[in-house]
Parts: sequence; C-alpha cells; structure tokens
Amino acid sequence: MEKKWVAGTPKLWINTPVPIPFCPGCNHGTAAKLLCDVMDEMEIDQDVVLVVGVGCSTVVYMLVNVDAVMVAHGRPCDAATAIKRMLGKDKIVITLQGDGDSLAIGTESTIHAAARGEKITTIMLNNGNYGTTGGQLAPTTPMDTITTTTPNGRSDVHGYPIKASEFLSNLDGVAYSARGAFTSTANYMRTKKYLKTAIQKQKDGAGYSFVEILSACPSNWHMSPQESLKFIEDKIIPQFPLGEHKNIDKK
Amino acid sequence: MKKRFLVQGNEAVGWGAIDAGCEGFFGYPITPQNEIIEWMAREFPKRGKVFLQSASETGSINMLNGGAVTGKRVMTSTSGPGWSLMLEGISNLCNAELPCVIVNVQRGWNATRHAQTDYTSLTQGGGFGGYKTIVLAPDSIQEIYEHVQLAFYLADKYLTPVVIASDAILGQMMESLELEKINFPRLPEKKWAIKGKSHHKDGERRSSCIAQGMLPSKKYPNLLSFWKSYDEKLKLIKKEEVRYDEISLQDAKLVVVAFGYVARVCQEAVNAARAKGLKVGLLRPVTLWPFPSEIIKEKTKQGVLFLVVEDSLGQMVEDVKSAVEGQADVHLISCLDRHLPLEEGAIYPEKVFEKINTLLN
Amino acid sequence: MAKGEIRINEELCRGCGYCEMFCNSECIKISDRISSLGLPLPEIVNPEKCTACGFCAWMCPHIAIEAYKYV
Repeated sequence: MEKKWVAGTPKLWINTPVPIPFCPGCNHGTAAKLLCDVMDEMEIDQDVVLVVGVGCSTVVYMLVNVDAVMVAHGRPCDAATAIKRMLGKDKIVITLQGDGDSLAIGTESTIHAAARGEKITTIMLNNGNYGTTGGQLAPTTPMDTITTTTPNGRSDVHGYPIKASEFLSNLDGVAYSARGAFTSTANYMRTKKYLKTAIQKQKDGAGYSFVEILSACPSNWHMSPQESLKFIEDKIIPQFPLGEHKNIDKK
Repeated sequence: MKKRFLVQGNEAVGWGAIDAGCEGFFGYPITPQNEIIEWMAREFPKRGKVFLQSASETGSINMLNGGAVTGKRVMTSTSGPGWSLMLEGISNLCNAELPCVIVNVQRGWNATRHAQTDYTSLTQGGGFGGYKTIVLAPDSIQEIYEHVQLAFYLADKYLTPVVIASDAILGQMMESLELEKINFPRLPEKKWAIKGKSHHKDGERRSSCIAQGMLPSKKYPNLLSFWKSYDEKLKLIKKEEVRYDEISLQDAKLVVVAFGYVARVCQEAVNAARAKGLKVGLLRPVTLWPFPSEIIKEKTKQGVLFLVVEDSLGQMVEDVKSAVEGQADVHLISCLDRHLPLEEGAIYPEKVFEKINTLLN
Repeated sequence: MAKGEIRINEELCRGCGYCEMFCNSECIKISDRISSLGLPLPEIVNPEKCTACGFCAWMCPHIAIEAYKYV
C-alpha cells in the first residue's frame, strides 16, 4: 500500500540532538509546529525572520529552520520593527512571545509597534502565567487563579487581566487581531487560519497583525494536559472569547 | 574643495554617521541631545536611510539590536538617564556580539547641563555580565565627526558596540567642521547577518542570540567556550586600540589627565603654565576604554605628579590611581571646583592653572 | 477499512494524552504501559478506523507521532 505523509515532524523542524524541551502537553510545542506548517504551506520560509524573547518560547528559535533572533525579555516587537524596516517589505518578520513577554515587560514594545502599524506579525502564546520561572502571576492570569505569587488566588489586590486581542484591536495601526486555542479540532483549524490571515496581512502591507493563542500549561496549572484543555474550554474561553477581533485591509 | 562649515557638536554626529555609511538611527528625545535625533529625522529619510523614534530608550536599544542583526550599520544616541535604561540592551548586544554605535551626550546627575558623571558607567560596563565596550572621548566638533566613523569601523572589526562619550558642552557648542570621509581598511563580509534564508549563499539559516554560551550553538557549545572567546577579544582590543593625545608630555614634571570638554579647558591652562616656564604636560585619553594605562605607567617611572581634572566627584581618577600602582601622587580637580555652584558651573582654566602652580612650586 | 496509519515514537512521547483526546475515531487509548521516561504510553486500538485526519500528529507537542494516508 502506498503511503503519503500527512502530519508529524514539520518540514521546517530542525532535528536537534537533545529531546524536545517542552513539558508534557505544552501547547508551545503544538504552536511551534503549527507555525512551521503555516510557513511551509505559504512557502515563505526563505524570507522569514523569527524573533523570540525570553520564556518557554525562547527555545523555539533553535528548533525552526528559518533565520531567527533571540532578544531581550519583552523586546521582540522592537527588534522586529527594526529588522523589518532595515530589510524591507519582502521579508516576513514574525515574533513569537509569551503573555508576560509581550504584555508585561514588553507592553511598550508591543503597543507602540501596533500603534505605528509595523508590518510585523506577533504570535502571543497566552498560558496565563510566567511558565519558565515556575508559574508566577502574569498580565493575563484569570481572576481567582492561584499562582505562586497569588497563593490566595488573583483578586482585586492584583488587579484584572488584560485581554490582549481586544485591547490591541483598538489601535489604528492594527490590521488584524485574533484569538485562537487548541481545545478542539475545529479550534485548531481556526487558529491555523488566523495565523495564515495574520501573515497575509503582513504580506499585503496592511499593518500590524496579532494572534493570541490560549495555551495549556499543565505543569504550572497543576492539571493533566487533557484537564488543561478542558479548563481552557470551560473557564478561560468564556472570559477570553475566541475569534477575529479586528480584520481590516490596507488603508 | 573640501566642505567646511560651522556646525553644532550634536549635528556633527549626523555628518559622521552619513560618512560612515550608517543606515539606521533609532532614538528617543532627551536633553541635551535632541538635536541629534532631529537632524537624523530630517536627513536620514532624505538619503533613503531608516529613522525611527522609539517610545523610550529601552525601545531604542532593542531596535538597535534588531537593526544590528541585519548586518547594516545602525546607531542611537542618548544622555545619562536614557543611558542607564540602555544598559541591559548593551549587555545583550555585547553577548550577542553585534556591532553598533551608541552616543552618550553626558549630562549631570539628573541635571540637564554638562558633566562627566557617566565615566564609570561608560567604562566599567554598567550593565550585567562583565562586558566592556570601546569608549571614545572626542574633545572637538571635528573629532566627534571622525569618532563616529572610527566607532563604526571598530564596531564592525571587533563585533562589539562602541560608545562615544560626548557631553552637553561639546554637544551644544559650534565649531568649524571639515567633511572628509575617512578610509578605513576593508573588513570581511558579514556572513553572519540575518537577512532571510534566500539571501545566504550556502542556503543555511542564520541565528543571533543574546544568551550565547547558555543556549548551545555550533560556535559556542558551552559557557566556558564563550567566556574564553570574549576574554581573548577584550585582550586583543586592549592591546591594539588604546588611543590618547598629548601636549608637551616629554619633559613634564606634572601630567594633567583630562578628557572631553575638560581637556580643552586644561589645554588652555597647560599652555599658560608652559608660557610661565612650568614643566607641565597634558595627557588626553581618547579611548576611555581601553584606558591608556601604559603611558601613565611609563610617566610614573619618570617620577611625575598627576593631576586628574574631571567634571564629576572623581571617577577617571580611580583608573589613573590604578595605573600608577601607588608609585606616584595623584591629585584631583573635581566638580566641587566649578566656578559657580549652579548647573551652569564649569571647570575653568584659571582653576587648573592655579592648581598646577601650587603643585609645581 | 483503514484510510491511513500512524507511527508513535515511544522515546519522544510524554504521555500527555492529546492524541487520545483528538482522535475522532477512537483509535488511540492511553495504556498501562510506561515509557522510559516514566510516563503513560498511548496504544493504537482499532487501527482499521483510522481516517488519516492527522490531528493526533498535529496536536502532539513532542513530535512523537507521524501520520500517513494510504494512496
């Protein structure tokens, strides 16, 4: 029987000699592979520059076969701005960041890149905590969540989570802002579509494009991976609705 | 006919950048260097170069990180408070071994006029990790223009950020500038530059990382390999790139050590003292790092006195004391000796002359 | 009749169970077997029901699954 490969190791994956360093069920792995598939299907890998900050997503810059840059915590959008402006519109510049990286220490970088309408694409992997450092409070941690720095649960002492996709969609420079998740096959396919649309917006020169992906962090949520996806479906999506919050063409 | 005209020190940075082939400037407003970013905003886009105002100095330095990975010549400028915001970024640029130029037009400790109070932060690698950057200290408009070009050359040669230590007086004053592009030796092609895989002749991807040694790569498989390589780089720079200027050092019994605007002040004092028959000389470090310790050691052996004149409470004096290794007396004229107790106060030639007189009589 | 098949690399598997959760044809079940990393391993039950949709492989964060379609 003839066999045709359908899915698995993406064509753009670099087979490292060390095992893939993600926790069991980490959606960073799923997202990184999805990004590889998207870049392959859009045939853009020859012109991509991937920029990562600091966090669990940092290691992705070593795993994906495109030109890649690791910069300071919170600053991928600044570096990506400069890279795009120096190299020109033929290059596709994508930032891959966590929620803390893009929305806490990186708030200035992200908001101003969005406001200026930089022709770059940000993928924010939102797992509602600082994963690499052991699970501290993050700007997107939902209310009542217990983290290592909110041992009694997030309350009004720590303030309220930021809904990045809606927040950024208010800026004129933003052409596209969407939120996806990997909680079902339908949501997976929609998230893939959001990523392709976001990158196409960059190619069209429409403005800044942003995709937030609700990601499971089973290690720091202290749940099994399957429970984590259910948790996103039942508890997080109602507060952080999925879908495209802004989608406009070039002005 | 060479082009010669009257220009402000801050604008001379721009002229130097053009002749150095700088292609990108990312900056943020701060007194006293706003003329630099305003000049860049007018002149860079005209010439097809990138100018962008960031939202803070942390923005500028990280944009510089992005610009530098593309292999093109990029720069920024700032002053004291912005300089401190850039320190993390500079630490990262040093680790990532990315060439770029940063101008610090020094101002007082949260005052907005001249001072030389960033010396230690500039030369001792004020950020984290134990890095060092080459620091050039011009003392005239012409030298600012030349140092910008030299800075880009040294940055590309050693794959390091290079800093230019200007100050508010140099930045704001006007002198004549003669535009003559400096021709430096050819440097190898930047094969490491990030431009998208389609650009690279070998078809292999390129990467850049601010945590070299920690995140393993072919170049640095472990932390020690990175430290060893960095140590050798610093040793090479210390050996090859010390620069200083001197006036009548030959038979001097007293050596005045000063940089930047203070060196111009001391020049006048030293000339006046020589006219009175006093055997005094001026040593002006042009590279604050690597510091010209060897010439100081040499003069120490000849039994001279040192008079460090700087517009701070005394920062460069520590480097001079370190170089003399306890074998010579080192005196200091500091910001406490300014002619007025206000921001406008400065170190005047009369003060330096008075001290030279006292020390030599 | 199977429309395709999957291969599971037990050295890379981290026992997260996404493959079991995302298979629409109930072809994968987490078994009692433990991997060399001490994590539960999936096993292919009902291989004849495989539709070669690829979701088990797409969801796997650890690139432990390769999915093939019969042509």
